[in-house]
Amino acid sequence: MAFVGAKIKIIQPLNLNVHASTHPHSFTSNNNCKFTSLSSPFLGSTRTHTLTLTRSISPRRSAASSSTVVAVSDVVKEKKAKSTSNLLLTKEEGLEVYEDMYLGRAFEDMCAQMYYRGKMFGFVHLYNGQEAVSSGFIKLLKKEDSVVSTYRDHVHALSKGVPARAVMSELFGKKTGCCRGQGGSMHMFSAEHNVLGGFAFIGEGIPVATGAAFTSKYKREVLKEADCDHVTLAFFGDGTANNGQFFECLNMAALWKLPIIFVVENNLWAIGMSHLRATSDPEIWKKGPAFGMPGVHVDGMDVLKVREVAKEAIGRARRGEGPTLVECETYRFRGHSLADPDELRDPAEKAHYAARDPITQLKKYLIESKLVSEADLKAIEKKIDEVVEDAVEFADESPAPSRSQLLENVFADPRGFGIGPDGKYRCEDPKFTEGTAQV
Amino acid sequence: MLGTIRQKAVAARSLSSQVLENDLMRLRSVASVMRHYSAGTKEMTVRDALNSALDEEMAADPSVFVMGEEVGEYQGAYKITKGLLDKYGPERVVDTPITEAGFAGIGVGSAYHGLRPVVEFMTFNFSMQAIDHIINSAAKSNYMSAGQINVPIVFRGPNGPAAGVGAQHSQCYGAWYGSVPGLKVLVPYSSEDARGLLKAAIRDPDPVVFLENELLYGESFPVSAEALNSSFCLPIGKAKIEREGKDITITAFSKMAAEILEKDGISAEVINLRSIRPLDRATINASVRKTNRLVTVEEGFPQHGIGAEICASVVEDSFGYLDAPVERIAGADVPTPYAANLERMAFPQIEDIVRAARRVCYRKSSIAASA
Repeated sequence: MAFVGAKIKIIQPLNLNVHASTHPHSFTSNNNCKFTSLSSPFLGSTRTHTLTLTRSISPRRSAASSSTVVAVSDVVKEKKAKSTSNLLLTKEEGLEVYEDMYLGRAFEDMCAQMYYRGKMFGFVHLYNGQEAVSSGFIKLLKKEDSVVSTYRDHVHALSKGVPARAVMSELFGKKTGCCRGQGGSMHMFSAEHNVLGGFAFIGEGIPVATGAAFTSKYKREVLKEADCDHVTLAFFGDGTANNGQFFECLNMAALWKLPIIFVVENNLWAIGMSHLRATSDPEIWKKGPAFGMPGVHVDGMDVLKVREVAKEAIGRARRGEGPTLVECETYRFRGHSLADPDELRDPAEKAHYAARDPITQLKKYLIESKLVSEADLKAIEKKIDEVVEDAVEFADESPAPSRSQLLENVFADPRGFGIGPDGKYRCEDPKFTEGTAQV
Repeated sequence: MLGTIRQKAVAARSLSSQVLENDLMRLRSVASVMRHYSAGTKEMTVRDALNSALDEEMAADPSVFVMGEEVGEYQGAYKITKGLLDKYGPERVVDTPITEAGFAGIGVGSAYHGLRPVVEFMTFNFSMQAIDHIINSAAKSNYMSAGQINVPIVFRGPNGPAAGVGAQHSQCYGAWYGSVPGLKVLVPYSSEDARGLLKAAIRDPDPVVFLENELLYGESFPVSAEALNSSFCLPIGKAKIEREGKDITITAFSKMAAEILEKDGISAEVINLRSIRPLDRATINASVRKTNRLVTVEEGFPQHGIGAEICASVVEDSFGYLDAPVERIAGADVPTPYAANLERMAFPQIEDIVRAARRVCYRKSSIAASA
């Protein structure tokens, strides 16, 4: 698949051809990367493969691109192509994922509306088109696992379980927001759901995520909480993959075998800078093996493929085998932010990806594989529409933060405000500030 | 006495680079001489004070860990973390690759989840590579998350000039970090300061920038029995009046010069700030209201420095009490030169402080030099 204007063809990992044989070496002819061994559990060698043609997998979808990993390194092993007679998810899982993706889309569309009506302000970065990545990964996590994101973080927070009301209120800047209106669009935090931000600086979240993974290991080894197998997901974009902090953390995560998954949401554009213009080697997954971890490329518009890769990577991390770098090829349907006129992207490219809308694809799969009925999906859509409407109403009716909130939460220990002219700590003066307050 | 001996120690170091053992030995021998002078009182170097504080806090709380370059097997670039690796193991004394942004961020991320990292920067000049994390992901996080996520992290390391280490290793960061809301910035002077403030910093639930001074590491100070107690802690945000006086207030951190002034008949009240953020405005102002004159001393660059902040605060709170304009003594407004004589000119020396004090008291300077 070539992109308009691209001189470099991104090597699509092996075309998953349902007619191919089950022999693991069958894809050598399709790619020019070498591999050394096939025995890593990460690569699913413990699974049995039965490649059978069923109506459940439409050839068109599987031919688009597979989720196989190929990388040049003796650390990285190959992942076998998978096309099983078993359906890739159960009905419950299918409905859960569909609901999550639809929530992300409906919510972001509502954000755009609210922004143009003036209820939301500042920088708002929407996630339309990338829902497969968020739902594919985050729906496999436990509550104690952590997610660290960038400024494009609304949907990550929603997928992780932060209520839509709390996120919408935060965007409106109301005191009922998940951060009491003090964070905003780019700084979604939730201690309860282990959403550790929301960072505006490119690459800033990656070391923080690596630290969260470090804590998981520390708790297991030093604090002797033997069952602590929490993993951390760090989401970031193609532009970030050129940043120094990214490489520093790839190194340390692999060095210390931290339970972290680096998820690159490669939507090909960093504001107006095309990934191909900014990167010497645009295949980001290759950067993983350079540091001693597997690098995987996956079609980020296909939530089922993302989910398969995510399962492997999360399983690896939980077993203590170390980090993984996953590059998800995806696309944002809207501009970088609501202030971006989005003039540089070719309409043909946009149309190409719009045709591969992850929600439509999942809907098609679920219906064609007879997992769910149209009515089930319609019911979900209706429910989500109501949730989003309710969130807007709630946010609208919520009060703005009170004046006294300005000085709150600067410190966990408000004696950090120092000693006032009367010789007592300033936070002890009730007129100054309450100092600290919880959400 | 301490002042003049310290002057000799500074001169002795003028040709050394940062980590030479023989220089540390020389300082230690100077310090041991001092020990014989004050028999009976327990003396401790600042280095030992910091080491013992780290040791005790790590023993008391298993979630405290140390991370930085050379903190483990090298025993610390300045030997502050000596012995900790053997005691607590490599999971708690973590040697990092040269990745300030990376490991400062890792420290912050682990603090988000309740661990208490002590991140060492080999010097605070290197913290500029990690400053995004100190300010954006540490200092601001409690606010941005509305109190959900606090960051109990300590960033520590030597700050300010050493001797002959050149422009990129000599900057003082007190003013930069002192302006950031959400941070606490501490500047210990003596061993008691070092112990008490480091313990307070580690126990504090907020991010603390702990600015030490390389030239003070080897200096010995008497420590009280109370300070040797493992639960000893100094309050953050309270300055200490090192010497009472009545003619003039001198605020300083990490460098003192009161002894010289005594000889010239000026009774100076010397305030050891201990904490740049929050600044103990109450103590400073109370002192100025008593003496009516103020000289601020710092080693950092003059513009937007700590002296500027103290001057502004005194003008705001105690304008009517001032009998003379506030004098700021700061480092020269130049990148630090290498040559020993130029470097001496680039930082406040005792003579500069004396001159300023005299000016403020309207007395003729005993050293003929331009004001």
